[in-house]
Amino acid sequence: MVALPPALSCWFAAKGWSLHPHQLAMLARAGDPATLLIAPTGGGKTLAGFLPTLAELADGRHRGLHTLYISPLKALTADIRRNLRAPVEGAGLPIRIGDRTGDTPYTQRRRQRADPPHILLTTPESLALLLSYEDAPRIFAGLQRVIVDEVHALAESKRGDQLMLCLSRLQALCPGLRRVGLSATVEDPPALARFLARNPDPCGILLADPGPEPDIAMLETDAPPPWSGGGGRHAIPAILAEVRRHRTTLIFHNTRAQAEIFFHALWMENEEALPIGIHHGSLAREQRERVEQAMAAGALRAVVCTGSLDLGIDWGDVDLVIQVGAPKNVKRLVQRIGRANHRYNAPSKALLVPANRFEVVECRAALEAAREHDLDGTPRGPGPRDVLCQHILLLACAGPVDADALYAEVISAGPYAGLSRPGFDACLEFAATGGYALRAYDRWQRLMRRGGLWQLRDPRAAQVIRMNLGTIIDTETLKVRLKNRGGGTPLGEVEEYFASTLTPGDTFLIGGQVVRYDGLREMTVEVTRQPGRDPKIAVFGGTKFATSTLLTQRIMRMFQQPSWPDLPAHTAAWLALQRKVSRLPEPDRLLVESFPCEGREHLCIYGFAGRNGQQTLGLLLTKRMEDEGLHPLGFVATDYATLIWGLDPVTDPGPLFDPSRLRDGLEGWLRGNAVMKRTFRNSAIIAGLIERTHPGRRKTGRQATFSSDVLYDTLLKYDPDHLMLQITREEALRGLVDFGRIEEMFARVQGRIDLLRLPRLSPLAAPMMLEMGRVPVEGAGRDRLMAETADRLMREAGLG
Amino acid sequence: MTSHAFTLADQPLLALASGALYWPAQGLLCVSDLHLGKSERLARRGGTLLPPYETRETLTRLDGVLAATGARHVVCLGDSFDDGAAGGGLEEDDRLRLSALMAGRKWTWIAGNHDPAPLALGGTHRAEFATAGLTFRHIAVPGETGEVSGHFHPKATVAGRSRPCFLIDAARVILPAFGCYTGGLRATDPALAALMGPQALAVLTGPRALAIPMPR
Repeated sequence: MVALPPALSCWFAAKGWSLHPHQLAMLARAGDPATLLIAPTGGGKTLAGFLPTLAELADGRHRGLHTLYISPLKALTADIRRNLRAPVEGAGLPIRIGDRTGDTPYTQRRRQRADPPHILLTTPESLALLLSYEDAPRIFAGLQRVIVDEVHALAESKRGDQLMLCLSRLQALCPGLRRVGLSATVEDPPALARFLARNPDPCGILLADPGPEPDIAMLETDAPPPWSGGGGRHAIPAILAEVRRHRTTLIFHNTRAQAEIFFHALWMENEEALPIGIHHGSLAREQRERVEQAMAAGALRAVVCTGSLDLGIDWGDVDLVIQVGAPKNVKRLVQRIGRANHRYNAPSKALLVPANRFEVVECRAALEAAREHDLDGTPRGPGPRDVLCQHILLLACAGPVDADALYAEVISAGPYAGLSRPGFDACLEFAATGGYALRAYDRWQRLMRRGGLWQLRDPRAAQVIRMNLGTIIDTETLKVRLKNRGGGTPLGEVEEYFASTLTPGDTFLIGGQVVRYDGLREMTVEVTRQPGRDPKIAVFGGTKFATSTLLTQRIMRMFQQPSWPDLPAHTAAWLALQRKVSRLPEPDRLLVESFPCEGREHLCIYGFAGRNGQQTLGLLLTKRMEDEGLHPLGFVATDYATLIWGLDPVTDPGPLFDPSRLRDGLEGWLRGNAVMKRTFRNSAIIAGLIERTHPGRRKTGRQATFSSDVLYDTLLKYDPDHLMLQITREEALRGLVDFGRIEEMFARVQGRIDLLRLPRLSPLAAPMMLEMGRVPVEGAGRDRLMAETADRLMREAGLG
Repeated sequence: MTSHAFTLADQPLLALASGALYWPAQGLLCVSDLHLGKSERLARRGGTLLPPYETRETLTRLDGVLAATGARHVVCLGDSFDDGAAGGGLEEDDRLRLSALMAGRKWTWIAGNHDPAPLALGGTHRAEFATAGLTFRHIAVPGETGEVSGHFHPKATVAGRSRPCFLIDAARVILPAFGCYTGGLRATDPALAALMGPQALAVLTGPRALAIPMPR
């Protein structure tokens, strides 16, 4: 038990504050090696985490760094710094606080390295960078505690795996280090505790009072949601009315592009000019900070935002959370709802706004699950080895590495507790020599073994390794400009991959308007406005969430109802129409629709196997179609269906859907497909095989970097057992491929496949036509299309 | 179609789908920008350790084209090696493979910006090479005619697929890079647009040779 210093007690008393039971409990457990605190937002979670630190630093005797606070968001560090300053300055405690993120100026970062503050607030990436410096042992000397905020969010990504590796290094530098994790509600607290704690240390779990039940409902709108697409523009009048009725509203969107489009449309209708801002991860820092400050000052009535505000930035007086678009995942919904009403013991108020009619069903299912506390989540597999490869290179930047000691360190990190020594050695070998069967780099190894220790052959390589640090892979984007207007008006950015799939004449949506693709010019996408035309393809960047198994199961059950009194009339009518012109999917049958649309044959398979499962199904089926000479051109997958388009109609599902043939095709097919190549690219960047392309520094000349696909193909041909291919396979099977859910589907269906030939697009398939993430199929169909296009171009030019 | 037939300075030529140029009348095969030894050069400079198989892959492809055409003379249009040291740094296997390809035929190395100096690998080393009305050099010279060059690694897109390509007009042909680890420059780049006449074609490589009007 650490006692609260008198100065701090007095300050709390003067403020009229009393500590919550979980805050007192954190003081009582201050000496434990690891503690996981699960508390609702607004429960004073962060203060609970810091109380032992403030108590231990109150006498002013500690020298150097005492507590490291790590948050997934830069914005959070600035926010926490502000919030900590109040009690520290109010109680006159002799504590220095500093924050350090990618945004921190160079001079300040240098000062921090020379003379660290008592409390350093930082991000996983900045911590990794600090650990790569030779003077890391000096910087962290005396460190006592580490607080990982929003650990539930970090545990879902490779950033968390990297952080846990970094903590294992910190623990080696500072053996007495104690860990605290702060988390929102999760479905499996013991799993999160094992992730956080030093293996095999025990980790206590502290559950704060969850507070009253949230007040959550679906927003009723006069206008029905559109048939397809997302964005929730139809609900703007109703949303503005809610904003008017409340003090401060957070309006969440699932993607940045949707938030931008919605924000633009909102302002067109915001006749009273209510002060409403926007906040998301691709905005410039100054812009984000302006919004954060205005929000803290109570100057905004609403903020349109994305996941960047999912995490606990203290917004003070938020009294309503609006979620636009289906939440896809019950846990995330519950966590977002928790953003409203930071006053402890006041219920959170939230409204769901389905963006299209399918999402009406999804939102209804999510509401019911949230009310029943039925949280979803899939356990994460063991720590990925591409992150470990990066960690090894990073530590080598700091100084010579002993392999045995490092292995002991690595398996003390929760996600890597089960890593075998050969599994570790393969990563070390990769970092050192590339790990190729052909021993080509004996002279030019990256790491050399000298005196039993591994170190950089060329110390200058450290700079490159540091520049490539981190596990977040930005998608490469190209700017989009309107043609012929004095250089062109910039409209925004699209993913390079998306741009590469466009043919001149294609129309797509960007910044809320429909444009026609004219061509690429010096890495810029040139377009012309096409008002009044339906976009062929919608562009939505940002994270794409997959609907959880739990939610898709609930949706499937809702489809079986004879009627839908709980759903709005428009959605009930839509489902009824689907039942009339086609069928509604049933749990023990597989519905497959075949129809012509936009000059292509389409096949829609309602497998309800989740986005990744449906994607895999798409890849396997298109392969089978290729074998059957059906010329597939591409497909797109959602959580509930796969839509395939091609040159020929499918008339007999039998040969395509034979599960054993699909299964046989899996191994061979896995190797050559586009999803694997994208997985390979991400892992290869993280592991340090290929360098990141830094936007703005890209070469447009002939030395342009060649595609990572070439490396993948080459490895597959000459070194098929190489570590990077093993990692790619592990990554793909970890969820991207999700063949398990396809197996489940076939077990459920037992060969009962209903192929319906329809004259046109069915109501349920309509939203699929606008889905992003289209995967092209490389095959005879593509070759035929290329040849036909080439012939046409030659004829048009009078050359054919 | 595994090739696109055209004439340059009255000489019938074939732009092969593999990215090589074949001159049947001379039994001459021309390839450009092999960039052999690229991974070794990057490693030597302290960079990343790429899969060290690109030399083997490039030579295997070249072997395939030689077998298919039965060419008696090979002209490598420069940037055959990623730098001067890369020739010396070849793996023994790769060196033997290259020697086997060179054996029994005439072999001309044209100097490139990556490999300006002669290499101790046999064959003839030249700044440029002219015969029967055609001139082979690494970088195109504006205003010249009957010219075969490389250097730019042109690529073009059809139906959403980008592929390395030949650029062909009445005065010249620019070859795609034949090497495995090579990027490309879009045919729409001003540097290429300035060199090529208005009637120029782009011939995409890949499973088939596809001719299109050069994208501008």
